[in-house]
Amino acid sequence: MNLLSLFRRGSAPVARERLQILLAHERETRNQPDLLGVLREEILAVIARHVIYDPDKVQISMDRGSTVSTLAVDIEIPNRRRASGAASQQLSRLALSAGATTRSQWTNGLV
Amino acid sequence: MSEGKSARVLVVTSGKGGVGKTTSTAAIGAALAHLGEKVVVIDFDVGLRNLDLVLGAERRVVFDLINVINGVAKLPQALIKDKRLENLFLLPASQTRDKDALTEDGVAKVIAELRTKFDWIVCDSPAGIERGATLAMRHADAAIIVTNPEVSSVRDSDRIIGLLDSKTEKAERGECVDKHLLITRYHPWRAARGEMLSIDDVLEILSIPLIGIIPESEEVLRASNVGSPVTLNAPLSGPARAYFDATKRLKGEQIPMQIPSESRGLFNKLFGRKAA
Repeated sequence: MNLLSLFRRGSAPVARERLQILLAHERETRNQPDLLGVLREEILAVIARHVIYDPDKVQISMDRGSTVSTLAVDIEIPNRRRASGAASQQLSRLALSAGATTRSQWTNGLV
Repeated sequence: MSEGKSARVLVVTSGKGGVGKTTSTAAIGAALAHLGEKVVVIDFDVGLRNLDLVLGAERRVVFDLINVINGVAKLPQALIKDKRLENLFLLPASQTRDKDALTEDGVAKVIAELRTKFDWIVCDSPAGIERGATLAMRHADAAIIVTNPEVSSVRDSDRIIGLLDSKTEKAERGECVDKHLLITRYHPWRAARGEMLSIDDVLEILSIPLIGIIPESEEVLRASNVGSPVTLNAPLSGPARAYFDATKRLKGEQIPMQIPSESRGLFNKLFGRKAA
């Protein structure tokens, strides 16, 4: 059987490795508040104080790396001041990530 | 009922659904009763009860756990005595009522009363980590964590182990619930080929002591089809022997751990299904 497994490695080693990495992280954070959840709530609360946005148009992504993790918050804001000349620009987007990026006049005014 | 006992409370839990908690509760409860212990098995899955069905008592349910908690019925009225094993009793979950009716105080009272009348109280936990699951483990002295050798089951078991170490009465008193790993639906040949997590892989990841390995077997399904614990329905089958060994270990006996192979011998092939 060992000889056979040399030629044909199953997927179990992959499963074991994925679990070991995942559980090492989950055990570490088990008794801490949900950082991503807390950040999301607090950031959205700040935004909501100044603009009206559609909660369905909020994208939050997290990339957990071994040394650095990034949290990106991308909020689509309906542009009420629809400039008569610039009909193409109907939406403003507020994007926050490692360094906040602003994408339009409208958001520039906010950040 | 004889008084003056002090039961050991065992929770059968897993986090993930469908891994074999109810099957294992029935099999271990029946094995304990067969070995002479006085046992009550309690279904904590309010709204989705199934332990009654697996034990073949589904048509005998009159009162349930919530009725007892609400004071509608006295505990002895709600206990269903098994027709095959006189030492085995079932306290069913309610099928319809709101699960908020399962209160912490109510459960504490029921467990305290049962402790004086039984040797073992086996709590069948619902899946998940909500109220039913946390109340099922709340008073446990020992826990069996049922795990399939599969990534999602192992992850959820790890989470449940964390809860057993923080949310139980014992944990809050600074003590420790005795945790036992029961691996179910195991395919030895698949593990040998590296297609399935091996026993060693799961033990290394979860690092709690192993109490048994239940091989995947058609006997388990057959037993639930007919409403009889596999340890009664097919006591010589691979899974039943594995459950009996696990039960004896639970009682403190030293039984060498065997990785049961369900490879069918010539005898089984010749004499068919019942002989297994």
